Amino acid sequence: MSEALLTVDGLQAWYGRAHILDGIALTVGHGEVVALMGRNGAGKTTTLKAIMGLVERRATTLRFDRRELSALPAHRIARLGVGYVPEDRRIFADLTVEENLEVGRQPPRPGAPSWTPEKLFALFPNLAEMRGRRGTRMSGGEQQMLTLARTLMGNPSLLLLDEPSEGLAPLIVRQMADAVRRLKAEGLSVLLSEQSLSFASAVADRACVIETGRLRWTGTMTELMTDNGVRAAYLAV
Amino acid sequence: MSFLLVQALSGLATAATLFLVSSGLTIVFGVTRIVNFAHGSFYMVGAYAGWSLIERFGGTPAGFWGSVAAAALAMGVLGAAMEIGLLRRLYRSPELFQLLGTFGVVLVVQDLTAWAWGPEDLLGRRAPGLKGSIDILDQPFPLYDLVLIGLGPLVLGLLWLLFNRTRWGTLVRAATQDREMTSALGVDPARLFTGVLFLGCALAGLGGALQVPRESVTLQMDMAIVVEAFVVVVVGGMGSLTGAFLASLLIGQLQAFGILVFPQITLVLVFLFMAVVLVLRPHGLLGRPDEAPPTAPATVTVPLLAGRHAGTWALALLPVLAAAPLVAGDYALILLTEVVILALFAASLHLLIGLGGLVSFGHAAWFGLGAYGSALLVRHLDAPMPLALAGAPVLAGLGALVAGWFCVRRSGLYFAMLTLAFAQIVWSIVFQWYAVTGGDNGILGVWPPGWAAGKATYYWLTLALCGGALWLLYRAAFAPFGYALRAGRDSGLRAESVGIDVRRFQWMAFVLAGAAAGLAGGLYAFAKGSVFPTLLAVPQSVDALVMVLMGGIQTITGPLAGAVVFHLLESEVMSLTDWWRLVLGLIIVALVLVFPKGIVGFLSGIRSRT
Repeated sequence: MSEALLTVDGLQAWYGRAHILDGIALTVGHGEVVALMGRNGAGKTTTLKAIMGLVERRATTLRFDRRELSALPAHRIARLGVGYVPEDRRIFADLTVEENLEVGRQPPRPGAPSWTPEKLFALFPNLAEMRGRRGTRMSGGEQQMLTLARTLMGNPSLLLLDEPSEGLAPLIVRQMADAVRRLKAEGLSVLLSEQSLSFASAVADRACVIETGRLRWTGTMTELMTDNGVRAAYLAV
Repeated sequence: MSFLLVQALSGLATAATLFLVSSGLTIVFGVTRIVNFAHGSFYMVGAYAGWSLIERFGGTPAGFWGSVAAAALAMGVLGAAMEIGLLRRLYRSPELFQLLGTFGVVLVVQDLTAWAWGPEDLLGRRAPGLKGSIDILDQPFPLYDLVLIGLGPLVLGLLWLLFNRTRWGTLVRAATQDREMTSALGVDPARLFTGVLFLGCALAGLGGALQVPRESVTLQMDMAIVVEAFVVVVVGGMGSLTGAFLASLLIGQLQAFGILVFPQITLVLVFLFMAVVLVLRPHGLLGRPDEAPPTAPATVTVPLLAGRHAGTWALALLPVLAAAPLVAGDYALILLTEVVILALFAASLHLLIGLGGLVSFGHAAWFGLGAYGSALLVRHLDAPMPLALAGAPVLAGLGALVAGWFCVRRSGLYFAMLTLAFAQIVWSIVFQWYAVTGGDNGILGVWPPGWAAGKATYYWLTLALCGGALWLLYRAAFAPFGYALRAGRDSGLRAESVGIDVRRFQWMAFVLAGAAAGLAGGLYAFAKGSVFPTLLAVPQSVDALVMVLMGGIQTITGPLAGAVVFHLLESEVMSLTDWWRLVLGLIIVALVLVFPKGIVGFLSGIRSRT
């Protein structure tokens, strides 16, 4: 078996003096969708930020596409083909939809699907109708679509997707799940953090369960759905 | 009628220059969130460089405009170098460090400019082809000024195109809103910021070089323009280009017509205008609430190191200090007296910064008001020294009461700008009200009466008064008043929600700090025997900030240590060289970069590590 696209081992992260992650290990294979599961505050968001280089972190292994990431700043990691979609969306509110996409634009990358605004408007038809609109005047669902589209403009081969279904109406959640499946079909690998078991089971191949900054369980999505003990211990609220 | 029109036109020409400089300042602020004190230095050096180039090549129109462009580009390169060498290390620092660090650059540039071009004012040649004037309703108006008037909107238009129609501009606007997200999308923020500094400083340099045919090039240009540009940027809304344009127009007209109506107080008018705008529209004319700079508390990682030790040390130190006249000579006593006065001055500022998280950039106003209060009482009312000394904190406290009402309405950088504005108001009143204050000549002959004339007696008097005031400040820091102040600093919202009227406590602190600084000023006036407007000027405020910073912000004894070290440096090192600005500037930059916790913080850091 060839090496995984993303290999994380012994990942530690801090916010100031607070030690948040303590030895997270996970892999994401080529074309695989992995769900990072856990309760509120378990460290899902921090794991994604740590991979992206947005928090202070250390790792025994943090390798993407045979490149070590630990010493790189966020913009270099992004240029290697890691796309980060934050949970709080962080649309550039003063910029129009098209300008938001422009900020994300990077040159095409061999081995990763390459995107143009037109292709993205086909994927998210809602956005096409508001290309000149500013981010302040968009609904939550539209903003979530735009965040994803903006990151795709960088032509990533791995997508770090933070809580894609959070706070969205059921209809939009379904559209989101469709989008993730289509991205997987295009050949993208995805690591997503999720609290919603139903969303994760709709899109993910495998799951990693974390709690209080540690990895507790890892297996296929099907195994997680049948293992009541794990779900009760780490996911039930 | 035609006279008014010409006056309005000359106001527009002033506005054009003001806009060129302020647009650079506001662009740099919008992206880096740093208020660049050194912005005026790029304007000044741009003018000097422009002067040299124009002298050499400015005989033809092509040579003249080429020289102006070359000077602007050179300033852009210098600005980029400053970003890489200094600003880049300050992005995460509290605003105090950013303001001080860039002020250090101001001092260094002043001395380097004087060294390169000499201290004399330079008169440049006029622009070829634009030397004459044109009659507008029978009034002559310089052609060159007409060109300047056109240049303002042209530059605004070009900047608009740059920010709205190019990829670079889109990235800059994105980084302005969310730096981290922009870098997560693969944009190198460092390169973007270097580019922004290049642009901002090139605009300042352009403004400077364009002044060469209009007025003489002097070493005072930097502070004059940067303070005006601050006003423009704050009035327009920090980070807003159109706001800066609008504010430049308004202030240009205010100056053009203000000089007709109130020739004595044009400076005051400008700052009053700013204070009024900020009270009515807290974020400036076109600024938005979310553009308000974050108020980074001055790195509060350790709670204020308390108490008992500091108290014991002070008690132990007091007899030693009191015994000093037994061994010290006159010179040493004079030095010690000044150190004690400055310690109170620094400690009063520390009350605002360390406890209140309020970075005042105009604390010299209260020191100077105290000094002038005493001197005026002696000069005009023949008051005896005790009365004059009592008047110092009262006058300063009253001044702070009025200014504080405005200032505590805003926090963070806006607070710093407002305090700076009020200090400039007080300074310009003292500077321009010749009949009462003597203007530039100051007031001389403010000596203590016979019974206190001896160096030792005056030293003891100073020690007693300052010691008492320091003890009061110290008590205040650990009284409920101090706790409320610190609660407001660390989280204004939470403090409000437990019932603390944060603004009122800050106002009280402002008055208390002002009165204490005023007492120090009064004592200083009698120690020196004279007062001058420099006591209220920006450099004096910066001195106080440097003392606080040297000592360390989060230590109660820090300002005292800072005052000792600073005054010894000033009198024993800097007085020995003509290049004291260079030395002081480098010290400030080094402090900001290497010892951000100050001397006391640094020492206790070493102690706690071992």
